[in-house]
Amino acid sequence: MSQPFAHPASGTPAAPAAEPAVRVRNFTRRFGDVTILRDLSIEIGRGEFVALLGRSGSGKTTLLRTLAGLDPADRSAVTAPSAHAVVFQDARLLPWKKVWRNVALGLKGPDIRARAEAALNEVELGHRLDVWPTTLSGGEAQRVALARALVREPALLLLDEPFAAVDALTRLRMHELVLSLWRRHAPAVLLVTHDVDEAITLADRILVLDNGRIAAEERIDLARPRVTDPAFQAIRARLLSRLGVETAAPRPLPTEGALLAFPSGEIVA
Amino acid sequence: MSVTTADSKPIALKLPAFRLRGGRWVSPLLLLLLWELGSRLGVVPPRILAAPSAVARTLWEMTLSGELPSNLAVSLARAAAGLAIGLVVGVTLALISGLSRAGETAVDPLMQLKRTIPVLALTPLFIVWFGIGETPKITLIAVATIFPIYLNLFSGIRGVDAKLIEAARSFGVTGWQLIVHAILPGALPSFLVGLRYAMGVALLVLVVAEQINASAGLGHLINNARDFMRTDVIVVCLIVYASLGLAADLIVRTLESRALAWRTSFLKS
Repeated sequence: MSQPFAHPASGTPAAPAAEPAVRVRNFTRRFGDVTILRDLSIEIGRGEFVALLGRSGSGKTTLLRTLAGLDPADRSAVTAPSAHAVVFQDARLLPWKKVWRNVALGLKGPDIRARAEAALNEVELGHRLDVWPTTLSGGEAQRVALARALVREPALLLLDEPFAAVDALTRLRMHELVLSLWRRHAPAVLLVTHDVDEAITLADRILVLDNGRIAAEERIDLARPRVTDPAFQAIRARLLSRLGVETAAPRPLPTEGALLAFPSGEIVA
Repeated sequence: MSVTTADSKPIALKLPAFRLRGGRWVSPLLLLLLWELGSRLGVVPPRILAAPSAVARTLWEMTLSGELPSNLAVSLARAAAGLAIGLVVGVTLALISGLSRAGETAVDPLMQLKRTIPVLALTPLFIVWFGIGETPKITLIAVATIFPIYLNLFSGIRGVDAKLIEAARSFGVTGWQLIVHAILPGALPSFLVGLRYAMGVALLVLVVAEQINASAGLGHLINNARDFMRTDVIVVCLIVYASLGLAADLIVRTLESRALAWRTSFLKS
């Protein structure tokens, strides 16, 4: 197995605690004449949940692919754990492998089936071990993809708009699931999304990527669950404005509780 | 065919049946009756075409005497040997060509050149090279079957969803693992189309190849029958050739229903 990014060997035993899981320094990526990422620097702490917001073409998927080792990158500019796993927007399950074999894909060592089974139980799909992926619903397929990522015990979990293609109700349940899995396994998470509400609901910190640069950063210190928190709307309005979407004047907050429960902040570019 | 893919129970495999429903058997039966009637009334003399009843009797006698089974075995062995060689060569070339650009550049032009030469036109050359024994017959079948195998497997390999391959790669599946778990299963449907076509071609070329001074086999039986104007024997051999075609089709369809059980067809069984 090739490991595109070696974790830097740290000299002192005390150092790793402070060492971030991901470090990108002055990273620039071009495709031909087009500069996708320019002089980008970000860090993601261990166990930190970071959401990356941006319009289509802002370079957010390029950044995720670079961290996943799917695009080549200069090792001195980009450091990411070799133990990383990706959940793509489309589940990308191999249709010719039963569900548990998809989860077990590329695993080495003993008890592979037991490990896959445990991961599928965590996403509440323990009863779908032996079915073909084509028989799964969209939400189920995404949960299998989550299990496939988590079974590797990644130090970095990369989520590339994983809930964009599932229906609104399933999305709410997936948010809960991702949060509970994140609490249990404590990987660093980079969630790429264009859904502002999703980002505020899930992340510790939100980065807004615009034209290949970090245009804004927002730390979310609200206690979870957050949708009913009055501060939610203020953060939402700020982020939407950074993304070029001006919302109407702040609406009265207390009566908004019921409405706020539904993610409605999708930005369609 | 009924192959259930939705649950975890072992798949109940029913052989695909050749069903004659809704009166579709009436016209062939009528033709057979007319033919028999014509023979009995002397309209169709046995010298031109033997009566169905005479053909049935001859088939029975030739089977009992062992003449038909032994010659059939010889013909089958020829077809199988040729097809086996064609498979090995075709699959090897398709892998070389399909899995690398350099391989494609090296192999594909040669295959396209070869395709322009009708295989049967090579018969005189093969007789000059290999004499009139088994070698030219098997070589002809092998050469004829390489191309359908090559072309379909090649296009199957190139047609595998790049997103699936990328996902598998991101989970550390590389090299041979990637070929075995992701690329080849994805190319399997195309390969089976190629196999089906190659079996048909093998049979077609077998008929012609067996006309080369054969001392055993179905072609030998037909040649002898021609010399003695035994139309009944000729028709028996035609029936056997037709059944071989049906059998070949049945084999591949059975393989398909077993190996491609993961596919959900838009056609309901």
